[in-house]
Amino acid sequence: MIQNLRFRDAALAKRVSEKINKIAPKENAAKICHVCGTHEWTITHFGLRSLLPSTVEVIAGPGCPVCIVPASEIDEAVQLALKGIVVTCFGDVLRVPGSRMSLLDAKADGADVYVVYSVHDAVKMAERQPNKDFVFFAVGFETTAPSTAVEILNKPPENLSFLVSHRLIPPAMKLLVEMEDLSLNGFIAPGHVSTIIGLEPYRIFPMRYGVPTVVAGFEPLDVLFGVYMILKQLNDGNPLLENEYVRAVHWEGNVKAKKLMQRFFAVVDGRWRGLGTIPASKFKLRNEYAACDAHLKYGVKVEHGVDLQPGCRCHLVIIGKIKPTECPLFMKTCTPQKPVGACMVSSEGTCRIWAKTN
Amino acid sequence: MAMCLAIPAKVVSVEGDEAQVDFGEGVLRDVNVTLVEAKVGEYVLVHAGYAIQVLSEEEAVETLRLWNEVLEAEAEIRKR
Repeated sequence: MIQNLRFRDAALAKRVSEKINKIAPKENAAKICHVCGTHEWTITHFGLRSLLPSTVEVIAGPGCPVCIVPASEIDEAVQLALKGIVVTCFGDVLRVPGSRMSLLDAKADGADVYVVYSVHDAVKMAERQPNKDFVFFAVGFETTAPSTAVEILNKPPENLSFLVSHRLIPPAMKLLVEMEDLSLNGFIAPGHVSTIIGLEPYRIFPMRYGVPTVVAGFEPLDVLFGVYMILKQLNDGNPLLENEYVRAVHWEGNVKAKKLMQRFFAVVDGRWRGLGTIPASKFKLRNEYAACDAHLKYGVKVEHGVDLQPGCRCHLVIIGKIKPTECPLFMKTCTPQKPVGACMVSSEGTCRIWAKTN
Repeated sequence: MAMCLAIPAKVVSVEGDEAQVDFGEGVLRDVNVTLVEAKVGEYVLVHAGYAIQVLSEEEAVETLRLWNEVLEAEAEIRKR
């Protein structure tokens, strides 16, 4: 089977790490940023940082789709749930803190909040109970947005609408690369987002900003090779866009998925938790599909929410400025059992991954 | 579930937009294949119930060959 090929071969990993150590910068450290929770999981779970020399730092960017949902949008979902509408969502979203409460708190208060595995489950639930109103809280990056588009294409039942909260990764990467105090030297681009959007959206990073960018897969060897490819580019002084994950990612991405996203969603400015507003970084349902838009159907709109609880440093963890262990709340008042910040909630949140591994 | 996570699965049967896939755990699951042209026997990446891309076994083998080549090239240079 494909996944059993040698992408976890320890001997091969050792050889790659030797090569990395050989070409790693001797003085000025190279700071490489990935933007995917699954990359952070691979890196932490397999202890890949311990294979890298001290001059190669791999930091986690805003790659956890539920961590970056602003409190205002959680508040909107909570409002709908408290109004008596059945809110369906992915499991990771349930405990993400809103300004005053999470969806789980709303559920504890008696609201109808259900976890679904896929948006199609929400469609089936709505079909089974036509006398109730349902909302699907559509969170996720470009990996997830096409599935929402497919269900809208298939004409969902009238009693189901969508609270669209999808975000786009390349604009967030642009924000990071423009942060002078972060001074990134390379990007490991997210493999699964890239299966959909392809490579083209990342071209600006090597071309305009001179930052080597490599799309990498999620096995330990994929990540190590991604790091090697970036270091090699830095050594050669030739920043490029390269694809390590050729078994799943093509230049053009998934054309059908891209067309569907374009048909149903317009790109607008969007708030990211702890990061503020990022231009052209959010999907919104196009006006033609207003009937499916929960914002319009129920007149729900929360402008400002409380993104960070007192003491929480998720806004610094999410851009890799500090490590989870540098947050005073980490594993003290903020734990996987009782998270304070969004990064501790999702299995893709950097704090949660570190809590489970360290 | 982790939302960026996508897991490879083998396509066992396809009927319209639905396919039965095997994640290697012995249980067949239904996934939506609207977004891909998946044929029986191929591997797809599945994310939240939807196949998002077909995996290329050839490319997987090729990747490993290239990695080995890169590593070997280095060894060759050292020998000289």
